[in-house]
Amino acid sequence: MSAPLVELRDVNFAYDSRPILKGINMSFPKGKLIAIMGLSGCGKTTILRHIGGVLKPTKGQVTVDGQVIHELDQQGLYEMRRKMGMLFQFGALFTDMTVFDNVAFQMREHTDLPEEIIRDLVMMKLHAVGLYGTQDLMPSELSGGMARRVALARTIALDPMLIMYDEPFAGLDPISLTVVGELIRKLNDALGATSIVVTHDVQESLKIVDYVYFVSDGAIIAEGTADDIRASGEAFVKQFVHGEMDGPIPFQYPGRDYNQDLGVHL
Amino acid sequence: MAIVSSLRSIGRRVVNGVWRLGYATRFFLMTLFYSGMSFRRFRLTAREIFFSGVMSLIIILVSGMFVGMVLGLQGYETLKRYGSESALGSLVALSLVRELGPVLAALLFASRAGSAMTAEIGLMKATEQISAMELMAVNPIARVVAPRFWAGVISMPLLAALFSAMGVFGGYVVGVVNIGVDEGSFWSQMQAAVDFRYDIVNGVIKSVVFGLVVTAIALFEGYDAPPTAEGVSGATTRTVVQSSLAILMLDFILTALMFRGA
Repeated sequence: MSAPLVELRDVNFAYDSRPILKGINMSFPKGKLIAIMGLSGCGKTTILRHIGGVLKPTKGQVTVDGQVIHELDQQGLYEMRRKMGMLFQFGALFTDMTVFDNVAFQMREHTDLPEEIIRDLVMMKLHAVGLYGTQDLMPSELSGGMARRVALARTIALDPMLIMYDEPFAGLDPISLTVVGELIRKLNDALGATSIVVTHDVQESLKIVDYVYFVSDGAIIAEGTADDIRASGEAFVKQFVHGEMDGPIPFQYPGRDYNQDLGVHL
Repeated sequence: MAIVSSLRSIGRRVVNGVWRLGYATRFFLMTLFYSGMSFRRFRLTAREIFFSGVMSLIIILVSGMFVGMVLGLQGYETLKRYGSESALGSLVALSLVRELGPVLAALLFASRAGSAMTAEIGLMKATEQISAMELMAVNPIARVVAPRFWAGVISMPLLAALFSAMGVFGGYVVGVVNIGVDEGSFWSQMQAAVDFRYDIVNGVIKSVVFGLVVTAIALFEGYDAPPTAEGVSGATTRTVVQSSLAILMLDFILTALMFRGA
């Protein structure tokens, strides 16, 4: 197996003294599409922010393409980020620019390409996400699913080696959900990129991913292929995959004893 | 125990205040450091000059006109008592060029353009546009903050000058056209009384300082705003309040330094 493109070794992270990540070890081989799953607030997005070099681990190491990302200076970090793409939860399109200018943004910032070539490239990217023809619209004129696809076109504008997706399925209708899921898989394979998808949408992501890490409370509690996960006997994974109401994650918020609160003595 | 806790809360406020001041200073220095792109790609700055300067024109011109008209009326009333109505031109021009032009234009600029800058940057942050830019290896201070900063610094003296010009015109309309002050003495007194170096340059210096302070406050508040609805609205309010206080306090300091009754 080829060397992993991204590797996290014993990564710990804390906000003030509140631990968020507790000894995370993950490996993302080149060309694979890997999901990080877990409940909201379990530390998934924090992991992505470490890979993007936005946060520094309090202990441990994050390696991207052979370099320890949190030891790079700003120029080194920016050079590394040019090889990465990140799709934000709600697209994060620049609202003061047209669809065209959004997709062309990085090409104009980082290359000296003439406008005609940029135009052709933008049209190709928009065509790849099925939105050729929307180039003159403003982000406010797009539906949620379309905005996500435009953001995806912008993410892949410079053909990144690593694409990160932060909750790409959040708030999408069933058709957009399938479209975005299929696009993530196809783009990964067509670009020869490595993709990391942070999500809590089990059914959609299990259809497309090669490998899954399950994170709960800042630690990995299960990992494996989609089939391993479906067949897993781990109580938390079972509750999560099947969306059961009660299990290791209780339905009730832990508080004072309910009966005692109401003055009922059983 | 009450003393300890109140001491502790005072200490916390002081430490927070100092920390924030340091953070704001660092932000301001970073803005200056990353200003190269604002001039190399002047189109970025020109676009912001359009949004903060050109779009503020109407409010500045209309307000300037009315302020000048009021000056004409009130000035005439007072000067008439001393039989020196002919000095109306110099009164209107000096009040506008030295004080009212820079100060009122800056106050209007803070509420019209400063608040818009804070809200825009605050919302860009709340909708992760700033984070997205950073992850695209584009420095948001260089790409978003610095062009707006220089647009403010460039626009402010121009707006103040237009405010004063409109004010003089308003004073002329009321004083000369309406009340009937002698036109020749209106203009010649003005020309004799207003000194280029002493009055106009000092007025321009004031408006540059105000532009710098208002824009720096607006941008910092926007960049520092918590990414929530309350956070952005609070930051917008703080921009207007702090800018207005800063303008009026700085105006006193600058006036004390510049004009000593010469």
